[in-house]
Amino acid sequence: MELRGKGALITGASRGLGKALAAELARRGARVVMVARGAEELRRAAAEIAGAGGEVHALPGDIADKRGALALAAGAAALVGDIDLLVHNASTLGPLPMPLLLDTECEDLASVLETNLIGPFRVTKAIAGSMALRGGGLVLHISSDAAVEPYPRWGSYGVSKAALDHLGRIWAAELADMGVRFVSVDPGEMDTRMHADAMPEADRSTLASPEEVASRIVAFLQSARGLTSGTRMAASSLEVAA
Amino acid sequence: MSALALLDGPRPSRPSLGAPAPRPSLAPAPTPLEPARWPRDDRASGRLLVVQGDGAVRDRTVRALSEELLAGDLLVVNDAATLPGSLRGRTGRGEPVELRLSSELSPGRFRAVLFGGGDWRTPTEERGPAPTLEPGDLLELGKDLRATVTAVSFLSTRLVDLRFDVGHDDLWPALFRAGTPVQYAYLRGPLEGWHVQTAYASRPWAAEMPSAGRHLDWSLLTELRHRGVGLGTVTHAAGLSSTGDAAIDAALPFPERWEVGPATAAAVHGTRARGGRVIAVGTSVVRALESAAGEDGAVRAGTGVTSLRIGDGYRRRAVDGLLTGMHEPAGSHFDLCAAFVARPILLAAHAQARALGYLSHEFGDASLLTAAR
Repeated sequence: MELRGKGALITGASRGLGKALAAELARRGARVVMVARGAEELRRAAAEIAGAGGEVHALPGDIADKRGALALAAGAAALVGDIDLLVHNASTLGPLPMPLLLDTECEDLASVLETNLIGPFRVTKAIAGSMALRGGGLVLHISSDAAVEPYPRWGSYGVSKAALDHLGRIWAAELADMGVRFVSVDPGEMDTRMHADAMPEADRSTLASPEEVASRIVAFLQSARGLTSGTRMAASSLEVAA
Repeated sequence: MSALALLDGPRPSRPSLGAPAPRPSLAPAPTPLEPARWPRDDRASGRLLVVQGDGAVRDRTVRALSEELLAGDLLVVNDAATLPGSLRGRTGRGEPVELRLSSELSPGRFRAVLFGGGDWRTPTEERGPAPTLEPGDLLELGKDLRATVTAVSFLSTRLVDLRFDVGHDDLWPALFRAGTPVQYAYLRGPLEGWHVQTAYASRPWAAEMPSAGRHLDWSLLTELRHRGVGLGTVTHAAGLSSTGDAAIDAALPFPERWEVGPATAAAVHGTRARGGRVIAVGTSVVRALESAAGEDGAVRAGTGVTSLRIGDGYRRRAVDGLLTGMHEPAGSHFDLCAAFVARPILLAAHAQARALGYLSHEFGDASLLTAAR
């Protein structure tokens, strides 16, 4: 898709892959709305990206709240106009260290699903209707290999990401005729705070940088005219950005 | 006419084009319809009175729109999201105040109507007196939102312009934390944001819900698409419906912002060229499309501010039919309906709707008015 002048909303945008995606989209001319819960860290991230040129706005908000999701959709459209690209990057691992399922409280599973599955559903529901009416739009779900592989101790998170992938496939099927496309991307293991939270003992030198992964993903979005809605892919399989 | 004219100068004259006809004063006012007292969960389950320009009337449901509209027709909606336009707080002198946003004049600057004490359960006409404010006065609206009055209207001291004292990016989160949708005293309870958003809302331009669009869900919209009905969109900053202030209400609707994109302008042109009908969802869409239409009838993409009033005898340039709510015969919405179907047919249809138990007001039933061809 052409990114120049398009409205883009990214959740979980104050650090890691979300921040790197915001920077890369802004660099390529999109009008970017960055969303995260913590206002101060988000504003710092936005100011940093704006300093390099490009249009970014900080819109603090919580996707795990029904009122909050509506406010984000309307606030983002007020700031940059109709949203053409929606990136669901925000997610939570749940309690740390990550527990076995037999040790997982039901409430903690529900809370992970609220942020990782129902939150993206709420925001998509508030934005994709406008995309469908205009006959175009792209929704990107940031997934994980934990959506496919049953890693012990990744229960809540893995289930939420598997469900998110399937949510994307069903959205894609329902909106196939309306020009709204849905894609899931597994970014692979990156050197982020979330990775350090999940696996503090990992050797960081083996991890990809979020900036490099973001660059691959955005280059793919920009080039993928014939992108098939409902597909899932790994960022490592995407070509390195030019 | 400038959007600011209501505050800057003498009351503007209205365009004479299609001015409402004088209403007969001797005929008894028909008994009004009962209001719907809560939004329905199943959006398209409302009743639909189809009223044709030739006098035919059919009692259907909104979901039957997929049969009433024909392949080649174009359904145009208003995609404005509804503002969290009701804000409560206190003046600098500590007086309680509610303000209702009417329209955004420029980023962070709004026109608004002031209300005094009382809440949504108090009918607008019975609210306490609104505080009288001067330019420069402050309003505290919740813990992190403040506004400064920048102008007071000559029409009424209740009509003011104000500026929110927050940074550009911080305005919308603050507005959504502090505000709720405008509330209605006849409802069973307070409304939340999701009650008033249409299924395709985008930019928050509407002071109150563009209510005709609330009848549409995506099941119905996709069914219409599959049957060959086109979908188009405009954005129209529908204003407040009433304020309880006679001077302000007499001047409604205020000038309203509209935007028609190139895709919809082309779709309107193509539809009419092929003999299809352009059906507006709501009076705001009629105002936007008719304002975007030139003397030659062609709708051009663009933006503008309109004070167009539409009534009996108005020569429509762009719109052939209207999906709207149930309107009482004394009111500007009914006048606009008379531009599609002659007033005697509308009055007979109103009587039939009452006999059938149709409900009115923001969350009531619907009517589809199609002009004779």
